[in-house]
Amino acid sequence: MRLHIKNARVVDPASGRDGSGDVFAVDGKISPEGGKADRVIDAKGLVVAPGLIDLSARLREPGHEYKATLESEMDAAVAGGVTSLACPPDTDPPLDEPGLVDMLRRRAKALSRARVYPIGALTVKLAGESLTEMGQLSDAGCIAFSQANAPLADTQVLWRALQYAATFGYPVWLRAEDAGLAKGGVAHDGEIATRLGLPGIPPFAETIALATILELVRATRARVHICRLSTAGAVELMRRAKEERLPVTCDVAVHHAHLCELDLGYFDPHCRLEPPLRSQRDRDALARALADGVVDCLCSDHTPVDEDGKHLPFAQAEPGATGLELLLPLTLKWGRGQKLSLAATLARITSEPARVLGIASGRLAAGAPADLVIFDPDAPFTVAAAKLRSQGKNTPFLGYELAGRVRCTIVDGKVVYES
Amino acid sequence: MQRNPQLNEKGELQHLLSTEGLPRDILLQILDTAESFAGVTEREVKKVPLLRGKSVFNLFFEPSTRTRTTFEIAAKRLSADVINLNITVSSATKGESLLDTVANLSAMHADIFIVRHESSGAPFLIARHVKPHEHVINAGDGRHAHPTQGLLDLFTIRHYKKDFSRLTVAIVGDILHSRVARSLIHGLTTLGAPEVRVIGPQTLLPAGVEALGVRVFHDMREGLADCDVVVMLRLQNERMRGALLPSAQEYFKHYGLTADKLALAKRDAIVMHPGPMNRGVEIDSTVADGPHSVILPQVTFGIAVRMAVMSIVAGN
Repeated sequence: MRLHIKNARVVDPASGRDGSGDVFAVDGKISPEGGKADRVIDAKGLVVAPGLIDLSARLREPGHEYKATLESEMDAAVAGGVTSLACPPDTDPPLDEPGLVDMLRRRAKALSRARVYPIGALTVKLAGESLTEMGQLSDAGCIAFSQANAPLADTQVLWRALQYAATFGYPVWLRAEDAGLAKGGVAHDGEIATRLGLPGIPPFAETIALATILELVRATRARVHICRLSTAGAVELMRRAKEERLPVTCDVAVHHAHLCELDLGYFDPHCRLEPPLRSQRDRDALARALADGVVDCLCSDHTPVDEDGKHLPFAQAEPGATGLELLLPLTLKWGRGQKLSLAATLARITSEPARVLGIASGRLAAGAPADLVIFDPDAPFTVAAAKLRSQGKNTPFLGYELAGRVRCTIVDGKVVYES
Repeated sequence: MQRNPQLNEKGELQHLLSTEGLPRDILLQILDTAESFAGVTEREVKKVPLLRGKSVFNLFFEPSTRTRTTFEIAAKRLSADVINLNITVSSATKGESLLDTVANLSAMHADIFIVRHESSGAPFLIARHVKPHEHVINAGDGRHAHPTQGLLDLFTIRHYKKDFSRLTVAIVGDILHSRVARSLIHGLTTLGAPEVRVIGPQTLLPAGVEALGVRVFHDMREGLADCDVVVMLRLQNERMRGALLPSAQEYFKHYGLTADKLALAKRDAIVMHPGPMNRGVEIDSTVADGPHSVILPQVTFGIAVRMAVMSIVAGN
């Protein structure tokens, strides 16, 4: 199978390339030249870039099929230009056994849409007590180990988990949140939570936990990725950790680069997120840290929730927002706000997450997997529930005018989505 | 930001969900209307026909006797039919969702829902889903708001002090968990009270409380100095179980209102309490029953204020 994309504006964040040209894919790989193509795509006026890599997308299988199915969410992924995604282990049951991981990977592969990289549970049942069989889970395809949003209250368990993972070189992905300080909280502990009478999570729940994790990284040299930073304080801790050359990376959920506690309005359950939306100052610090590279990646933190899960008082509403289909336009919006080049903008959702995952995609170099997205960066649209392919229609951005529409998504050299 | 969900497109009161964001003229309209109803409750025939044929559903997801009863009395004095539903022991335990419960009651032709719920914001959720002719009155949601209590507190203050523009008001105790405090603070700041103080230990004050427009005091004696109005808040016994406070005795030592502390306030200061009181925990009996106390008149005024709110929303 030979594919030829012509007349495109080719943007490759890994190399910094941004210019008009052609892209060829031969047998699922990027190729310097194509010969006679089986299919030619005219991408005049459009951008071709590496397919997006999303570090956190919940596919809700197994266990939560009423919220979403693998099929609906894989459709949403490719419609959003996402060609690789990492899925957290907080399924039901959690991804703590090789059989479950194996089944998920087979089911995902059979759908032949985006590539799925499962993250295994760090502790059995995510209970924070005993370690999972990381070796077997790794053999089954887990690329890292995580607690997802489940608390890990016992620092000794965390220490042992990092020691064990470091022994075999397994990456560990952690949310930085002190379980005791976050207990019962549903919103940023600040003015808005005070006005709305919502139990708060103080910002130091994040910085204290992050300081603990970084100290354990110093001790164990475990390779750790910090998920979903939400505070300015945590950004500064990460800045110093990177100056110290600790083996740490981090990401921010795309909602947190745009929204803050004010967006809760009158108890909007779509703004019930984990971590909570914080102050404007925190939001601005995250957006800047993404631009200056202290934060490595943006992710969708895609979490489809059914209507019943959101039609509840704020504190009882299920946390999370759907995001796979909004990752590209929201990233473009952030990049424009920071006055970044398109290549620098896209790096946060292509080459950088590829580096965190340690995979060969996310770039247009010859020989890399032919995972591509073709999009119109300026095409406007209004976010509407009916237009989302994800089974979850839960997003705080409903009704927003955004720019950036995916025209075509290619995985392994094959067109998997066209509009 | 969306339009204030308690106002209709003409800016009139459609639901009463919070005192926050209510314009001054609506607050005054409620207080003035309550004034006109105060006479009704003194009459021998304590009824006016304003809500004849209307159905008022008391929808209490959290147990309450006092508030529910005063709403019931208020509705009956307006000649409405009152249906009391204690949801804690019916649908909620059977797993019916909040909105399903409301939809079912709506199908029984409700006109006004009086809602109490343990979760902040629940009445907003209900108000977003009721039919256009239905009205929601918040009778207390989590820590968020208890607007009719806030309004009856405002009514009481105005009754004794006539005017808000020179008043110093101190609210003492568990501000963190208090919907009463939040509703009163918003009302006082809107009506122009120049100094609203909150007094309590750090553990019972919410983050950034100053942003509500209040001055914070930790020392009760300092905070009470020259106050016109002292509002004591109820301290729930469960607060002693966590790490918020060591004991009721120690709380009383620091924040209990005694006659000698009250002497620091103005000589004509009034003492208020939303009830039910814990004598010896937040307030000494000599003060609760003393000449400064207006705690029982508050209860009486509460009926007139709730009549006012119901008649106003039903007319809009």
